Amino acid sequence: MTVTEKTDVLVIGSGFGGAIAAYHLAAGGARVVVLERGPWLQGEEFDQDFKFGSSSTRVFDFVIGDGMSVLSGNCVGGGSVVYFAAMPRAPRFVFDRQGSIGRRMWPTTISRDTLDPWYDRVAEALPVSQQDWNDVPFSGGLFGAACAHAGRTANPVPVAIDRDRCTNCNWMMSGCRFDAKRSLLLNYLPAALAHGAQIRPMHEVQYLARTEDGGYRVHYRVLDDVDYRVEAGAGAIDARIVVLAAGAGATPVILQRSEPHLGPMPSAVGRYFSGNGERLNTAVFDEDRVRDVLGLSRSDGVPYEGYQIGKGPCVASWDRLDGSLPEYQRFSLEQLYFPPGFGTILAQVPDATGPTWFGAEKKELLRRWRSWLTIFTMSEDDNEGVFGPTPESGNSQRLSQQMLGRGSLRYRPTANTLRGWAESDAAVRDILERDGLARVMPWTNEVVGAYTVHPLASCRIGDDPATSALDDRHELRDHPGIFVTDGSAVPGALTVNPAMTIAALAERAVPGIVRAAQQRGVQVRYGAPSPDGATAGRRAVLPLVTGRTGN
Amino acid sequence: MQPSTPDANPAVTMTLEAFADTILPGEKRWPDDRSVAGVSGGGGAVASGAVDVLRTPEGGMAPALDSLAEALNGHARHHAEKHRLTLDPDVPPFVALAYPNRVALVQELTAVDHPEREAWVSVAMFSTIAFDAAAHLHTVDALAAGHPGLATLGYYPPGQDGLWRFPEYSYGRVLAQPHPDTTPSGSPA
Repeated sequence: MTVTEKTDVLVIGSGFGGAIAAYHLAAGGARVVVLERGPWLQGEEFDQDFKFGSSSTRVFDFVIGDGMSVLSGNCVGGGSVVYFAAMPRAPRFVFDRQGSIGRRMWPTTISRDTLDPWYDRVAEALPVSQQDWNDVPFSGGLFGAACAHAGRTANPVPVAIDRDRCTNCNWMMSGCRFDAKRSLLLNYLPAALAHGAQIRPMHEVQYLARTEDGGYRVHYRVLDDVDYRVEAGAGAIDARIVVLAAGAGATPVILQRSEPHLGPMPSAVGRYFSGNGERLNTAVFDEDRVRDVLGLSRSDGVPYEGYQIGKGPCVASWDRLDGSLPEYQRFSLEQLYFPPGFGTILAQVPDATGPTWFGAEKKELLRRWRSWLTIFTMSEDDNEGVFGPTPESGNSQRLSQQMLGRGSLRYRPTANTLRGWAESDAAVRDILERDGLARVMPWTNEVVGAYTVHPLASCRIGDDPATSALDDRHELRDHPGIFVTDGSAVPGALTVNPAMTIAALAERAVPGIVRAAQQRGVQVRYGAPSPDGATAGRRAVLPLVTGRTGN
Repeated sequence: MQPSTPDANPAVTMTLEAFADTILPGEKRWPDDRSVAGVSGGGGAVASGAVDVLRTPEGGMAPALDSLAEALNGHARHHAEKHRLTLDPDVPPFVALAYPNRVALVQELTAVDHPEREAWVSVAMFSTIAFDAAAHLHTVDALAAGHPGLATLGYYPPGQDGLWRFPEYSYGRVLAQPHPDTTPSGSPA
């Protein structure tokens, strides 16, 4: 007779939602196993290389859907390894959004004020720091100067980057080989390991079933570490508590595939997906105008030509993050670098006489690549995304050995979303085309649909069981002992980069998960310090959770 | 750069090259180059290795390429009939199309309502990745060999140790005023 492995807490995914829960639960005394679908790379294993099979394709997933393509992390550390480390908090009005459901989307217990102590915990742990203009690369400076020229404000954004280590190489999407990006590989995950947690890479969870003692059996496949289409093994682990944090593009798929084993899922599982209202515009600058109008010049006299140089988004314009504006008209604009290899195909030619995204005119646009600047819109979409039938395994039918797959997400932007995009396109043009600085075109949605690097809300928290899959403690309705702590739990678009909010919500969810584990007989306590031992964040939140953790 | 990998079926190679050249065109590699239409100066997707990228085992396209080339030539024949064009029988039908006709056909095949759009978008995507990322080569090697796509972009080379660092990266001065509602943590209020 085969004996199934047992643990107290099984965590699915090792990004922000998984790593934070794994650390606190392990530090509190629980036996924790983390199953991660992607590989485990660190430090110098992160290549500065676009070749297939280098870290750029190993740690990244690009899933093409029907009307929406999702880019996400696929490795130990999840999104924190491949993201650009911009860590703003969500503006106050976001928590009062109603979206299309006619009532507040967020649970009444959560507002910016109640979330701030949890944001503080994350800021202490990573840590998050503020940049000044000396940290801002040419591209961010150019955007800031253009904003000022247009009578707008622009802020250097808070980031999880060690500025002394950063080389401004702009290879962040392949993982940071200089350990400048403060990914989860440098804080929560090593701290979880130090407390006995186990992390198993290349383990892709397929579905959950119940055990006779009220726990869960988690079924997984082990993937070949080069060709992710190939199964190298399979197994199952029993756990008393499951923390599901596979990312908003995968968590609902695992739950949908589990339905025959667990019983009906809440109707919001796999619905209300948000792409964070994301949209990209590419500007091509006239170098002479950059010098003459904005007075910018590098030490060698070149005005800009700096698209390749930097560290992702460094400067954002928050003028439209105005809570007095109606919903769907609020957005932020952020200067961004998008590397080659998917980073040019969707850019469109201004004033094209032929096709806009390919052809001879597109090649001419590429000749001016050094003078490009990408502007990233994060707006309020309408949670239009719905996941269709589940693929045979994982969250997509993998087309390539790594990275590229075809998923079942269907997204048709509503008039509300389209209006936000149109208004942000107009704002970008107003800033960047002023006085002949640049020509601007949005990326086309005609090739792979819309796209997002910040998938959200596909299994969200809320007070209304009809429109939220999770209660305000992140427990899956009607399935006690299953918690969801990744971006899928966020109720809707945030108008800013969501990592800080996903992480803060995960921090906030931990005391409730500890409580549920205790009720299931797990010897665990809440109250670990920051991964490096700092205690200010803990001091601030302990009074908030007294009586809720059973300590 | 090198011509595409020799293939047992030159017609398939020529057809794929002509498609890639439609996506990001280049100059003819030799005077009677039929696949490359020659509508743009400097190397395009073909000289950047598009067919090699399509044939990599990593990409996942390789098993489908023969049938894709056949389908593309079928579409080209249909296009020629529809527009009353005479095709040179010495080359595959898509290769026989003039560049504007190739463009028109690729626009049709990648349009949102075309039933095969996913396949043709994929071929376009791999053609683009060959040009802008040289995904079949180590980036350091591609740059050292003068990869046409990366050269067209003006992609800055790495330092002597093969790693990218930009010691000079900032204008180093305040260029805008922050939003008045910025909180002490640097976030929007």
